[in-house]
Amino acid sequence: MQFMLLFSRQGKLRLQKWYVPLSDKEKKKITRELVQTVLARKPKMCSFLEWRDLKIVYKRYASLYFCCAIEDQDNELITLEIIHRYVELLDKYFGSVCELDIIFNFEKAYFILDEFLLGGEAQETSKKNVLKAIEQADLLQENQSEDWGGLAAEEVL
Amino acid sequence: MALKIVKGSIDRMFDKNLQDLVRGIRNHKEDEAKYISTCIDEIKQELKQDNIAVKANAVCKLTYLQMLGYDVSWAAFNIVEVMSSSKFTYKRIGYLAASQCFHEGTDVIMLTTNQIRKDLSSPNQYDTGVALTGLSCFVTPDLARDLANDIMTLMSHTKPFIRKKAVLIMYKVFLKYPESLRPAFPRLKEKLEDPDPGVQSAAVNVICELARRNPKNYLSLAPLFFKLMTSSTNNWVLIKIIKLFGALTPLEPRLGKKLIEPLTNLIHRFLSSVIAVLISLSSGMPNHSASIQLCVQKLRILIEDSDQNLKYLGLLAMSKILKTHPKSVQSHKDLILQCLDDKDESIRLRALDLLYGMVSKKNLMEIVKKLMVHVDKAEGTTYRDELLTKIIDICSQSNYQYITNFEWYISILVELTRLEGTRHGHLIASQMLDVAIRVKAIRGFAVLQMATLLDNAHMLTGNTQRNGICEVLYAAAWICGEFSDHLEDPLQTLEAMLRPKVATLPGHIQAVYIQNAAKLFATVLRAQEGVPDSQKAQETSQLLIDRLPLFVQSANLEVQERASCVLQLVKYIQKLQQKEVAVAEEVSALFAGELNPVAPKAQKKVPIPEGLDLDAWINEPPSESESEDEKPRAVFSQEEPRHTRPRHTEVDEKELARRREARKQEQANNPFYIKASPSSQKVYPEVPGVEHIPVVQIDLSVPLKVPGMPMSDQYLKMEEERRQKEKEEKKKKEKKKKKEKRGRGRKHESGPESEEDITPAHTVDIVTEEMPENALPSDDDDKDPNDPHKALDIDLDKLVQLLVLLFPHYFAEMWWKKKHFPCSVLLMLLYLRALLSVQVYDIQGNLQDGSQVVVSVIFENKSTSFLKSMEFNVLDSLNSKLQRPDGAGPHDGLSVPFQLPPGVSNEARFVFSVQSIVMPQKLKGTLTFIVKSEESSTHEKLDFKLHFTCTSYLITTPCYSDAYAKLLESGDLKSSSVRLEGVSMSFHHLLARICFHHHFSVVERIDSCASLYSRSIQGHHVCLLVKTADQTVSIDAKCDEPSLLGNVLDEIKQTFSMC
Repeated sequence: MQFMLLFSRQGKLRLQKWYVPLSDKEKKKITRELVQTVLARKPKMCSFLEWRDLKIVYKRYASLYFCCAIEDQDNELITLEIIHRYVELLDKYFGSVCELDIIFNFEKAYFILDEFLLGGEAQETSKKNVLKAIEQADLLQENQSEDWGGLAAEEVL
Repeated sequence: MALKIVKGSIDRMFDKNLQDLVRGIRNHKEDEAKYISTCIDEIKQELKQDNIAVKANAVCKLTYLQMLGYDVSWAAFNIVEVMSSSKFTYKRIGYLAASQCFHEGTDVIMLTTNQIRKDLSSPNQYDTGVALTGLSCFVTPDLARDLANDIMTLMSHTKPFIRKKAVLIMYKVFLKYPESLRPAFPRLKEKLEDPDPGVQSAAVNVICELARRNPKNYLSLAPLFFKLMTSSTNNWVLIKIIKLFGALTPLEPRLGKKLIEPLTNLIHRFLSSVIAVLISLSSGMPNHSASIQLCVQKLRILIEDSDQNLKYLGLLAMSKILKTHPKSVQSHKDLILQCLDDKDESIRLRALDLLYGMVSKKNLMEIVKKLMVHVDKAEGTTYRDELLTKIIDICSQSNYQYITNFEWYISILVELTRLEGTRHGHLIASQMLDVAIRVKAIRGFAVLQMATLLDNAHMLTGNTQRNGICEVLYAAAWICGEFSDHLEDPLQTLEAMLRPKVATLPGHIQAVYIQNAAKLFATVLRAQEGVPDSQKAQETSQLLIDRLPLFVQSANLEVQERASCVLQLVKYIQKLQQKEVAVAEEVSALFAGELNPVAPKAQKKVPIPEGLDLDAWINEPPSESESEDEKPRAVFSQEEPRHTRPRHTEVDEKELARRREARKQEQANNPFYIKASPSSQKVYPEVPGVEHIPVVQIDLSVPLKVPGMPMSDQYLKMEEERRQKEKEEKKKKEKKKKKEKRGRGRKHESGPESEEDITPAHTVDIVTEEMPENALPSDDDDKDPNDPHKALDIDLDKLVQLLVLLFPHYFAEMWWKKKHFPCSVLLMLLYLRALLSVQVYDIQGNLQDGSQVVVSVIFENKSTSFLKSMEFNVLDSLNSKLQRPDGAGPHDGLSVPFQLPPGVSNEARFVFSVQSIVMPQKLKGTLTFIVKSEESSTHEKLDFKLHFTCTSYLITTPCYSDAYAKLLESGDLKSSSVRLEGVSMSFHHLLARICFHHHFSVVERIDSCASLYSRSIQGHHVCLLVKTADQTVSIDAKCDEPSLLGNVLDEIKQTFSMC
């Protein structure tokens, strides 16, 4: 997979993950072009597009479009499956996820994505394992913030 | 505690957290940019503080702003600071920011090497994990080089969580720093068999991606992947493996053969990987018509599905099959045409791709008509352009093979010129030129059409948007000028070509206009000079003299030059005309000579002029031994080289002839050499000369006057009528014959016309291309049938496949009774193979359980009724039992998990457990099913026998010669032997047959003697020594189980007795 974009029906970017090194300018150009093309398509159309030399696989969940770019030899259906799996993960983590969850907790959405895909390849196919890893990392984070809070208080004293 | 609260509020006082920022942006919809610039100022303030928590918060907000498209590269150093925090909370944010914002050009990356190394070796697995994730996004060649070792160590980390990340990131490292691949590869390979499925799938992923780039190096892993494929239940992994095999099969054809079975199996198991299977199938597996047929059937189901995604993928895969097996796709034409009407452009484009392979002489007009309708309806220019190129592609493919009526094609091209704003004007133009030049019979018609086009040029050029299409005028002008003899009213065309409006056309088109106006002028003069009234000819000259100055002023050099040339010429002619000198003849001579197409091989065919020797020295090189004083003019003395040269070649030719003769002799004595059939003798097809081409009378019932009117439809109608007429004539003839014969029976309708029945409306000389004089008339140099080496080029795989097709009964036996049916309603093919389940049990090393045989049964419905509720049952014997699901009685049948529409075949597999494998077995069984026709449904029964040969218990297992020798020396094996008389096939084919039918592999082969090896599913070794001499084959065999050996030998004997 080359990159993954999440954007709203209004064309606002909600999440972007690039697995190929590109300059900011190029990224912006690609994003603009793709968002336009995908939004122009009607709801009953198929989820695949040929765009430059890449294949675009997208799917709309509620008001959000999930859009992945894959190479010629990659499998479209498995990419759809990846998108769906990611949505399921978000859903499980946030508890029936909505666009606002992703806007306000965008770093969490990234953490989940990073735990699920690495370098553009699926790293963990088990939902349970991904969520477990995220939960444990979150736990670690909360413990530390408390420790830190305590420490800071002492320092001030 | 109180202080803590105070601190919290102080924190909040001077920093917004991420949520506040997001909320703020949403509240400032009108002046977002201004709000964000104040936020960035705040963030800059926050970054200056020492408190790491504040910094982390600021970096987090920056990451969000980066996504919105704001430049945050200035904060790169702060991101590194946050990354190096010892607290996981901040480290996590730091790495996230880095992975989003850093790229190869970010200079602070080189500061991170040590920090990342520290994190990678952190005792906390989450620190390591976060570092790996981050690194995967911004790894640079430097980082890859410095950290490759650390990551490699992590591949053997105790936690699978780290292992899988390390394995995946290695792929990125390999890309950036290829030197790391060699040392890391053994460990990577090890991970393919990691106990953790996540790590295993990561390793499969990485190796698949690597293999895609350089498949050659990964061939050795094929057996391992084969094992994984047959044992894995993880669809994600399976798809990757199939993709890998897709890359490997082109390199190793034997692999393809092995894969067919498991792959066909996978098609049945889950739909989603069908596509991947197909892609690998069509991208390099040897032709295997049965599985391709199955795929196409499955694809049809996909395309018919209401789900647009499946439809798209079905079409995509279909187009891949089309490339290798066009025949099998053609039968689904109806479906593809239907997809052209789909609302979705993606789907329509895919269907268009497929159309290319679907056309035939019979349906071309119909298909193109349909496409033309779409052209009219299409709204987007991209799709319309795509349609246009496809129409031209389809019509012009393989040298206009499918076009029977070129008048129709020219009209189609003319109709296409009505497209507004197309980019493909030049494509239409080149087609017009090509057809007009190469198809002599059509020139008259084409010229008339082009003349109308020129006359109505304003329709094409009127709108500036239509610029692309004016290219067509280039072709039109050229055709009218070059073939001006065919024009009805050349003067009018000449006038049309010199209108002032022409000056608005692009320069290269104007240039062609002027040149061809001159040609037309010559034609007009010739016609007018015969007439007594010489005034007319002078008027024509005057017309040119009046109009040309406009072009002389052109800014385009080419136009200007040509115009002034022609102008001066015409002025001179006018002068002569005024003196009443006949000039037409001389002017025509300027443009005399017909332009014919040049054959692509023409250059090669130019005979070398006698005496030309490109290898000879033009100037003799100064020889060192001779002093220049002695022969000062040696350079010019040609006598010596002339003598030596020809003699030398003569000797060569003699020698060659001798060698050729010797080779022929050798081939005649060589039993392996397959001789070319006498029919392939060099026969030169008679090249039809120009005078043989019948000039077709143009049917003037077709109106040509109205430009841009769709006329192609009329051709379609005409063509249909013509074919109808032809058919009727043929029928009449047949009837006559019948009458003569006094046949009594009613004549049945002649079936649908075949391709050959359609005679083209025009005999077209698209093959007579110009060749140089004295060219040798060979039909095709590349395929010289006399080339002795050509015949050797036989695909052995194909041969082996052929053998399977010829002797399928050997590992499958079938009986069917036709008791209840007027004709054979159902054909069953039973294949016995022990491959799959054994492979699985082999892994677990539990050979006692290696007693399973999987029987694949292909059910093919040959009736016209629907078959359903099929139940498969076998009468168990003591030794062999059908494995039934838990709870089923020993006599219950297994229901076949599908129904069969008429003409459809499908495959089901049944597992049998077998106790002893030393004897062959026959099992009786029945298949019950319901035949459903429109009015009734009946219960039917079909009896069959399953034959488990001993061969079916053998698995092809490779064996090295030293292990083989050891095995024979061990002395545990009993021996037996058999002799086969009168076997006339070559030794090579003999071995191929034994290996294929009896699952052996060749260990070693020396001349006409070979040793073979195989293993039973229960671990018996079977060794064969095969020798051949004078049509007699002797097989000495050794095996640790004498009765198994006896039976296998009997079966081998039977194989050869059947041929």
